[in-house]
Amino acid sequence: MTGEAAEPLREARTTASPPAALLATGIVHAFGGAAIGRALDGVDVEVPAGACVALVGESGSGKTTLLRCFNRMVAPQAGVVTVDARDVRDVPVEALRRKMGYVPQDGGLLPHWTVRRNVELVPRLLGLDDVPDRADEALALAGLSPSTYGSRHPHELSGGQRQRVALARAVAARPPAILLDEPFGALDAISRADLQAAFEGVRRATGATTLLVTHDLVEAARLGDSLVVMRAGRVEQRGTFSELRHSPATPYVRALVARTLAGLARLAEGP
Amino acid sequence: MSSRTARLALHAAVLALCIVLPMPLAEAQQASARAVIVASKPFGESYLLCEVFAQLLESRGIAVERRPGLGATEVAFGAIRSGAIDVYPEYTGTGLLAILHDSLPDSLARSPKAVFAHVARATAERNGARWLPPLGFENTYAIAVRRETAARYGLHTLSDLARAAPTLTGGLTADFIGRPDGLAGLRRAYGLTPRAVKPLAAALKYQALAVGAVDFIDGYSTDGLLAKYDLVVLDDDRRFFPPYEAAALVGARLAHDRPDAIAALTLLSGRLDERTMRRANRRLEVDGEDVRVVARDLLGTIGLSGNAPARDAVVGPRPAVGLGAYLWGQRAAIGRLTVRHLMLVAIALALAVFVAVPLGLALERTRGAAEPVLGALGVVQTIPSIALLAFMIPVLGIGVQPALVALWLYALYPIARGTYVGVTDADPRAVEAAEALGMTARQRLLQVRLPLAAPVIMAGVRTAAVITVGAATLAAFIGAGGLGEPIVTGLALADTRLVLSGALPAAALALLVDGGLAIVARLVTPAHRRPTSGKRQDISARRES
Repeated sequence: MTGEAAEPLREARTTASPPAALLATGIVHAFGGAAIGRALDGVDVEVPAGACVALVGESGSGKTTLLRCFNRMVAPQAGVVTVDARDVRDVPVEALRRKMGYVPQDGGLLPHWTVRRNVELVPRLLGLDDVPDRADEALALAGLSPSTYGSRHPHELSGGQRQRVALARAVAARPPAILLDEPFGALDAISRADLQAAFEGVRRATGATTLLVTHDLVEAARLGDSLVVMRAGRVEQRGTFSELRHSPATPYVRALVARTLAGLARLAEGP
Repeated sequence: MSSRTARLALHAAVLALCIVLPMPLAEAQQASARAVIVASKPFGESYLLCEVFAQLLESRGIAVERRPGLGATEVAFGAIRSGAIDVYPEYTGTGLLAILHDSLPDSLARSPKAVFAHVARATAERNGARWLPPLGFENTYAIAVRRETAARYGLHTLSDLARAAPTLTGGLTADFIGRPDGLAGLRRAYGLTPRAVKPLAAALKYQALAVGAVDFIDGYSTDGLLAKYDLVVLDDDRRFFPPYEAAALVGARLAHDRPDAIAALTLLSGRLDERTMRRANRRLEVDGEDVRVVARDLLGTIGLSGNAPARDAVVGPRPAVGLGAYLWGQRAAIGRLTVRHLMLVAIALALAVFVAVPLGLALERTRGAAEPVLGALGVVQTIPSIALLAFMIPVLGIGVQPALVALWLYALYPIARGTYVGVTDADPRAVEAAEALGMTARQRLLQVRLPLAAPVIMAGVRTAAVITVGAATLAAFIGAGGLGEPIVTGLALADTRLVLSGALPAAALALLVDGGLAIVARLVTPAHRRPTSGKRQDISARRES
């Protein structure tokens, strides 16, 4: 009975904030003056509520800049960014960010805080109840035992463990949306596969709308419901991996897919 | 940090300064309303005359406050001009050349009477200070060499010295090197260019000459040590040095308000001859007798009464005991001076933290201004302490207040720099993530950036603390007390043990303060920066989940 009583509570918390719909239209942004070239040159991207969209592209394609427009870490020079049809500029910036989980490539954990304190950050900022429970729950979701790791400091963890903590921190307050910027980019292949699995578990459990930035088409295909391929500040193509593969919109997309598939084939053949 | 926070912090700092700074001032003003402040420059005869003035005034029922050992000429005269002290012994030649920067026609410059008349008139006109009639003896510069040096080079006069100078090394006080009636004047008058010049403390020059570390020194003609070391004083054959008649130099306020004090001090005029002074100086500097006893006896020989000395001061007799026993005997005075010293350091440091940490944070937000501002603070570091203290006198007088301001200025740079660097370099990825997750600027500052910067800020505070403990010893030159007091007095009286009774506790204090702050630094250092065994780190890092 007790177990059953606890379940509805957890469910209630999970669905407390319904996933948000993210939309960016006509985004233009340039760093250090237009002369250098535009980081974003009229980009549109949409993430339907509850979906996971993967932004794929090389370094300098503008994918990270675009992601940062959603939590106003970048203020684009033109274009509109909305969350649930509301212009992000109309939302107080801290309130917006607290409703949007964020995982940077290096984790960005606060080194002077314990793992638990890091994960508690956003629930505390929001003044939620049950902060320790939320932190434990999030850690467990991310695949870390709260009792083993909760009191450690980030420097006592491996790179993979740190990214799990960052993931737990991003979802501890059950935000309507999460932004991930190359979250597994710096990990070795094995840790990376583990983390991708953990991420999928977290996503299933929280259902948050997700925007994922990656340079790895395979990762994008595995984790994203749909993909947005970017190059030099523009969108090359939108669609599922299958659509990119069978009807590439540009030679760049064709080459990207071909290169990725060739790599996978070599991997499958083995030495 | 929001600009509102920065403004608040700045306001708080200014407010604290306003509250704390006037306190020593008020204290000093109250004291000066009652007591006559008698001062001296930091050498033996000046100490002795200061004590003679003080005892004479006390014997006439006039309350006295003693401030012996003030910096050098510019500090002591600056204090007279600003009213921070009331009287100190000065020499007419010094008044002419080092204070007024005047020159007289040769015929007048040789006449003690003409020099006194000119100096007394010009000083009264320009500064309102008053020279009382001379005490009766001259104490001119005595360029001295060892007897064997004199014999080898055939030295009798300064002209002889100029001839031999290219092979000789001078050991000169900083005062003499810098004064127009010092080395520069000798160069002009005699063409005297030594092979090398070593700046020496007054207390060390006789020993340095005796052991052959230098070949000639600038002594004073009434120094007791000239006879002790059997030195040859060279004749000023071109009459370069003006007359240096000793006299009481009195500040405008005392001259105006206290005829009783002026009358008492004038009793000394013309009563002290060179033989008497040389004998008294010898008792003080060579035999190590208590300055109070020597002063009392000196007054007695001219039929005036001094008061009997108390024997509890650090300026005490030199008993024939070991250093340890001597220091133990002085423990009460050393303790009192240490407390005073610590108070100077603590207040200056606390005020510096109060201003420099917000300043460092403000500079982080306006980085264009950071290097110019920090550079300017850094320049303050390069000003010699004694010069910085001297700059304070016209504005703040002497005593605790200017010392605190000078120490505070020295402490600003390391703390501001540490704060700026610490906050600028604080793990940018962590700070960025904190922002992206919705911490406000204030939360990021207080919960992330300052804690991460704490070790660097504390390193700055520790540097500032050690600098301040050291610089505070020089505060004695402007009468702020502290452990510099026995150092200054000991140097003036050539009393090594007295110097050590200030220097050893000051060194111990520097170590203790640094050690204490090291503990504080450890407490504020975030866990991830603390040195650990490292074992747990390695094991857990490998244990990939």
